[in-house]
Amino acid sequence: MGTRPTIGVLALQGNFREHAATLRLLDADVVEVRKAEHVHGLDGLVIPGGESTTFMRLMQTYGLDEVVSRFERPVLGTCAGMIVLDRDHLDLVDVQTERNAYGRQVHSFEADLELADDPEPLRGVFIRAPRVEDTGPGVEVLAEHDGHPVLLRQGRFIVASFHPELTDDTRVHERFLDLVREEQLVRT
Amino acid sequence: MAELGTMRVKSGLAELLKGGVIMDVTTAEQARIAEDAGAVAVMALERVPADIRKEGGVARMADPGKIREIQEAVTIPVMAKARIGHFVEAQILEALEVDYIDESEVLTPADEENHIDKWKFRVPFVCGCRELGEALRRLSEGAAMIRTKGEAGTGDIVNAVRHMRAVFGGMRRLQRLSEDELYSEAKNLQAPLELIRWVAEHGRLPVVTFTAGGIATPADAALCMQLGADGVFVGSGIYKSSDPSERAKAIVEATTHFEDPEILARVSAGLGEPMRGLDAASLLPEKLLETRGW
Repeated sequence: MGTRPTIGVLALQGNFREHAATLRLLDADVVEVRKAEHVHGLDGLVIPGGESTTFMRLMQTYGLDEVVSRFERPVLGTCAGMIVLDRDHLDLVDVQTERNAYGRQVHSFEADLELADDPEPLRGVFIRAPRVEDTGPGVEVLAEHDGHPVLLRQGRFIVASFHPELTDDTRVHERFLDLVREEQLVRT
Repeated sequence: MAELGTMRVKSGLAELLKGGVIMDVTTAEQARIAEDAGAVAVMALERVPADIRKEGGVARMADPGKIREIQEAVTIPVMAKARIGHFVEAQILEALEVDYIDESEVLTPADEENHIDKWKFRVPFVCGCRELGEALRRLSEGAAMIRTKGEAGTGDIVNAVRHMRAVFGGMRRLQRLSEDELYSEAKNLQAPLELIRWVAEHGRLPVVTFTAGGIATPADAALCMQLGADGVFVGSGIYKSSDPSERAKAIVEATTHFEDPEILARVSAGLGEPMRGLDAASLLPEKLLETRGW
């Protein structure tokens, strides 16, 4: 058994409390990240759902964009968090996303998602969700909805266009913490 | 199959706005300034509350043409206000695909007894309240987000603080009651027993609770956050100040870093004149907006 991982959750705005609660339920310690120095010593980082324009502005103001770009451990990005990591923003995950491509709030929806490697469907909550329009060769698609990838992995990154933190299903976070523990083992 | 308009989807958007600032705007240009400053959403309005207060007359839903213009100007959510009980204004706003409807006391009420039946809509609603019972009544009508009212258009935070103390204090009080005391509390609060029970068990509302009405400075925003608000609405406080863009940025930073006095000191410096404002305690009862809604 590895040591209990410490996960940072970007807490500028958005669903950071829900992510923190799920991670704690899964035996991780959680640090809220609002300034660059909060990233030091973390085993993993979550960039939650929220408004990506707000995130980007506050990240740039407080130097978090550079610190996150240099961060070498696993990262989970959901909704706005996926946008922050995409080609057009921090360019850490090789995906092209289109903001609000599913439409305004009246078109927001929830749906069961089929996972590539798990027979139990996963409930996806899509709120003014970004749509993945293109993925690079290193990106593995873990789930799709209507022909577009909605849950993806590229190496130490997991990104989702929906909100796993808004349901009681912890499987996306478990998968992320598996990556974190693997990385911890490699480093020890 | 995809399910639209579920309560989880409606309240979920408000969840994503937590820790953020929702700014009143009356033009596309103001909306862009708000988005650039880091607002999580804008409220499209014909007139900001300070002007409604000054000019008087009947305040109604904004012109749909103006709402469209603002929707085209920004990528963040666009909210708009309907009059209390005016379900046709709400139908129009839903047809425009605004992201949230604020059934708001800032506009002149259209019904003196009934609020809109918000369950009938796919678009989510935010409603104002002054105390816990009022919040729970709005939830029973289908509101997916709550904001304390404050006194809009004054730049005076005192009423917002009173309302937050009432709502958050009311929830702490419910948590201390025994199960058999909750029945009579439901009568006192004029709210459904199931909601009373939920709040007594969880110590919070089942939806996000923002603060509105009178926020004019970064310190005001941080005060609301420290008192327990999930986020803030800023109306007249930004565009009635001398440098709206800088003030908007400062209020956004203060809302995120609400527990960091050093950052609050830095962002509060050199912002120019805040809105002049009105002492809310000096307003005659008939001039109060907060007493609208039942």
